[in-house]
Amino acid sequence: MQRAASHKHKEKKDYRLLLWVLPFMVFVLLFNYVPLFGWSIAFFQYQPGSMLSADTFVGLKYFQQFFTDTIDMWRVIKNTLIFACLNLLITPLPVVFAIMLNEVRHRSYAKFVQSITTFPNFISWVIVYSLAFSLFSTDGVINTILMNLGIIDRATNVLSDADAVYWFQMCLNIWKSLGWNSIVYLAAISGISQELYEAAAVDGAGRFRQILHITVPGIAETFVVLLLLSIGNFFSVGFDQYFIFQNPVTLKNLEVLDLYVYRLGLVNQSYSYSTAIGMVKSVISLVMIFGANQLAKKIRGSAII
Amino acid sequence: MVGKITASRVVFNVINYIVLGILAIACLYPFWYIFIYSLSDPVQARSGVTFWFKGFSLSNFEKVIQLNGIGMSLFISVARTVIGTVASVFACSFMGYLFSKNQMPCRKFLYRMLVITMYVSGGLIPTYLTISAYHLTNTFWVYILPGVVSAYNIILVKTFVEQLPGSLEESAILDGAGFFTIYSRIILPLSKPIVATIATFTAVGQWNSYMDNYLYVNESSLNTLQYLLYKFLNSTQELTKLLQQGDTSAIHQMGTASQTLTPIGVRMTITVITVIPIFLVYPFMQKYFAKGIMLGAVKG
Repeated sequence: MQRAASHKHKEKKDYRLLLWVLPFMVFVLLFNYVPLFGWSIAFFQYQPGSMLSADTFVGLKYFQQFFTDTIDMWRVIKNTLIFACLNLLITPLPVVFAIMLNEVRHRSYAKFVQSITTFPNFISWVIVYSLAFSLFSTDGVINTILMNLGIIDRATNVLSDADAVYWFQMCLNIWKSLGWNSIVYLAAISGISQELYEAAAVDGAGRFRQILHITVPGIAETFVVLLLLSIGNFFSVGFDQYFIFQNPVTLKNLEVLDLYVYRLGLVNQSYSYSTAIGMVKSVISLVMIFGANQLAKKIRGSAII
Repeated sequence: MVGKITASRVVFNVINYIVLGILAIACLYPFWYIFIYSLSDPVQARSGVTFWFKGFSLSNFEKVIQLNGIGMSLFISVARTVIGTVASVFACSFMGYLFSKNQMPCRKFLYRMLVITMYVSGGLIPTYLTISAYHLTNTFWVYILPGVVSAYNIILVKTFVEQLPGSLEESAILDGAGFFTIYSRIILPLSKPIVATIATFTAVGQWNSYMDNYLYVNESSLNTLQYLLYKFLNSTQELTKLLQQGDTSAIHQMGTASQTLTPIGVRMTITVITVIPIFLVYPFMQKYFAKGIMLGAVKG
């Protein structure tokens, strides 16, 4: 467009560009494409440290194992689905939060709340764990306060409570990401024309009606796009959070697919089986991403990726 | 914003302000708590800290810094953050510029090859085996090299460079300047906002990283601060377990052996040390992250 000036060069390919970019593409090859060849070990009975040619070819054995292993597999898939659904359930929260922030008259207060709630997004799950541990462990501050106030008489540790895993992890997730996820909606709200609000006010619409009929429709598209994107990542509920928070008591409810792949592979040394499960997950995710993309094309006429 | 001041509106405002305030406190308090705990007098802190310092002392920090391995891991964390960020920002900004040039042969093919990496990865074991095969395990470079090229950051830069007026480059091209000269003299200074965005995000990512340390590095002199904290968290868990089993003597011994340094104190102090750098760059990041998100939304 603005590059019309370089139009005359357009047809002429310049090989110097290729020379510059290829050294960097070597990195892409080495660290992103070479590992893909590692998928082949899913078809062999791979022994760590051996050459693949020396290993027994087992075909689809590990894939069959994956679909017939009823004990661990279904528990792990159930956990993954529960966390995925909980993640889906909390997607409207950033929207609500953004609308609430937008309703604040004192801009400095809104800015203050926004700054503080966005900060947790930038700390690692290790830090989140450290904070949670300081707050919720048996001698943590929450238990201390509650006991001093006489609300509870025995300290409880929510971190090693298997029944609390799902909602506790969900709360941590909200705590870490609410502010950050709302930024995109705040930007969308600021893009809505003020005239619409003024016109609505002239027509006698109160603040609630304005939110319902102007703000909400104004950010609906952003919401749908992000929802579609998140559907593509449905099974990728994350690894760090669960890896960090796992302990022998909570593992049975906390273990999601990625954590299971890790445990099988690097703890139990079942390299081939672990790789096979990873592959199945990758393929399902890819199908879902492109499915979501097609859906986006149908709904809004343009693709999201 | 013409609004009649109705009763319901006032009620809504009050509730809104209070709910937002509670959310802000919920996000702030955990940080405040470890901050006041680590700066309280270690002996007095044992009886519990809630909202304010109990005595004031830097002894936690003085002692923790002297602990075996802390100084070194702090150095490694800073080194990987600086080197990793410089390397990645250079690679991604230069590549972003190169990919904005239509004259590049096979541009479409190479660009697609790059974008695919955002959606397909080898997964844990294949990546682990690859890194091992390159003999990167137990080296500092395992923190740097795998993350140098980031497709997402390249897309951000490319999108930004494409909306710069092309005429800016023209005179330089006529002067016979090469692509690298144009990039470093013209494109890079003009792309400051987007370069700052990817630099801060890369730096925070590097600083927060612990998994590569956990998976690929056994060498204790190469441990990062985040990993060390992770390790200490797990060993205090052991201590807590001892406590729960009614054997309180272990905690006491640990406390007296190191005079005033308690396991809890160590944990919180290291946590504070790891959070502070992020806290310091945070105002700077805030300036850019909205822009980053917006640009990310129009990638392609």
